[in-house]
Amino acid sequence: MNDKIMDEKSKAYWSATLGLLTKIMLAWTFVTFGCGILLADILNTIHLGGYPLGFWFAQQGAIYIYIALIFIYAKKMGDIDIKFDVHE
Amino acid sequence: MDLQTTIYLGVGASFALYIGIAIWARAGSTSEFYAAGGSVPPVINGMATAADWMSAASFISMAGLIANMGYGGGLFLMGWTGGYVLLAMLLAPYLRKFGKFTVPQFIGDRYYSKTASLVAVLCLLTASLTYIIGQMTGVGVAFSRFLGVSSATGIYVGQGIVFLYAVFGGMKGITYTQVAQYLVLIAAYIIPAIFISLQLTGNPIPQLGLGSNLVGHDVSLLATLDKVVTDLGFGKYTTSLPGSTLNMFVYTLSLMIGTAGLPHVIMRFFTVPTVKDARSSAGWALVFIALLYTTAPAVAAMAKTNLIRTITPGVVMQGSDPYAADSQIKFDERPDWMKRWEKTGLLKFADKNGDGRIQFYNDKSKNPEFVKKAEAAGWKGNELEVNADIIVLANPEIALLPNWVIALVAAGGLAAALSTAAGLLMAISSSVSHDLIKGIFVPDISEKNELLAGKISMAVAIVVAGYLGLNPPGFAAGTVALAFGIAASSLFPAIMMGIFSKKMNKEGAIAGMLSGLFVTLFYVFAHKGIFFIKGTEYLPTIGGANAFFGITPEAFGAVGALVNFIVAFLVDKVTAEPPEHIQHMVESVRTPRGSKLVNGAH
Repeated sequence: MNDKIMDEKSKAYWSATLGLLTKIMLAWTFVTFGCGILLADILNTIHLGGYPLGFWFAQQGAIYIYIALIFIYAKKMGDIDIKFDVHE
Repeated sequence: MDLQTTIYLGVGASFALYIGIAIWARAGSTSEFYAAGGSVPPVINGMATAADWMSAASFISMAGLIANMGYGGGLFLMGWTGGYVLLAMLLAPYLRKFGKFTVPQFIGDRYYSKTASLVAVLCLLTASLTYIIGQMTGVGVAFSRFLGVSSATGIYVGQGIVFLYAVFGGMKGITYTQVAQYLVLIAAYIIPAIFISLQLTGNPIPQLGLGSNLVGHDVSLLATLDKVVTDLGFGKYTTSLPGSTLNMFVYTLSLMIGTAGLPHVIMRFFTVPTVKDARSSAGWALVFIALLYTTAPAVAAMAKTNLIRTITPGVVMQGSDPYAADSQIKFDERPDWMKRWEKTGLLKFADKNGDGRIQFYNDKSKNPEFVKKAEAAGWKGNELEVNADIIVLANPEIALLPNWVIALVAAGGLAAALSTAAGLLMAISSSVSHDLIKGIFVPDISEKNELLAGKISMAVAIVVAGYLGLNPPGFAAGTVALAFGIAASSLFPAIMMGIFSKKMNKEGAIAGMLSGLFVTLFYVFAHKGIFFIKGTEYLPTIGGANAFFGITPEAFGAVGALVNFIVAFLVDKVTAEPPEHIQHMVESVRTPRGSKLVNGAH
């Protein structure tokens, strides 16, 4: 395999990585700074059991979503590794 | 068996367990000492990371602060968990691929400069030492109550114990000790929470209990709490926000970036076998952390409810009038737990209106309606001061739980403080012995002498932290937040740019780290004193407290990080590109294939 093909392959791998990263970061930002802080007052008009929703996001929900985000990232990243044949 | 004996037994048994594990798993080589030989499976590593991570700030201090802050306390909850997303995606897998022991080593190699590595050591030491001060404060609080000694003696005892197992065990010993400590601390946090949740709401799961109705009522716990605290002049629990929305925003961001930049957390990801494991290990760590972090808000709200129920019986459950003359308990009839905590000086009563009863309310309230009612009731100021750091430790006593639960909480609080202190000491010791002495001053040092140097630097760090812990710059959680700000403003940007920008050069990185660190320390020291020494604050110089858009010093790390990024970018533009082989190195760090066990040799 010559250097040029290698180079293009690693570029494509890196841009796939960055694409996934951007999506996860957007979700992360929206949950934390959107639902948990800036939109909290609006969300508080909705109730989840005894929880006002904005309060729930800031003190419960955001944490559950972070866990989901990391495992989604780890899974998708594993798929990308295999697709570009760079896995261990 | 009486309470004091039960506590001695519980705490003693847990310490015997940790020391036993440390001896069983003691390190044979430098690789085992610093990175546990790169052999720890991701779930176990996640559990150890969780114990390492959850310190006195999380265990002892956080729920108390949330109880005081209400909704705004969410900044600790989101800030100290959300950072793991950054860590898992931006740093952990790449640093694992890089395959060295320490953060300064990565910075030194990536920025092809011993100066860069030296600056990273400086940032690391500042952040880690500040962090340990917070732990020592927590250890002092826990020991002073549970061993019936002064806070200072508590700190000396804690110093001795941390030193013992950090020095003998190394990373391998610490990792397995931390697994045991995780189990102790999580049981100690959750068991009382389950009891209390059952008592108040009938629901055994605290996370659901917090969203449930009070026993025998059709109103939710949170709605009742909102009403009761508003009646006492405090802000509404589910919306109250100390400081501005901007401050909460920046504070949360600082804690998140700081999480991802703290060397003792990053180091944990050098101990897993593969890059893939580094990614999932961050997820596992967060699962174990979330068990405590989703319980904490329930503990906070329920402790506040129980505190108000103790002082004004009938107000929460029967809806009686909090302003009625006989609604507060008499001081002479106060429960035993209050007497026990009064001895530590962390709970104080002063009968300001001389009626022999305890009035607990917000005497700084600006609400004219409330002020009028308080005056009409003959209240002359808040009479009960409860230090935020005692809420979790006193919680089982407030709820009148059995003695063994109280002993378990004592052991849990100490486990939290000691496990984190040990992890921080590892980070300090490896950066001094490995990065500073071997990497810069004495490159041909023998493996044996390197280990010895590491152990000596641990001892020095313990003494310094203990000394500063005697006069802490704030509550345990506030002090720890400062450490996060320092890590966020100095190390995180340099590591991140080292991976995500091939062109970032040494001049940019060094200038960035120094200016981020300097700006943050300048702002923090203005509020808290130079190197946290009381009496050296210089607030007028920066124009008063929280002069920068109302941002508190604990929240300033995000601003420091921004300064770091901007300075690094500008300096990078006007200086030479990094050499070709460095750019190739960055490319190879980005792909998982070819990762090998961590190896300290240069």
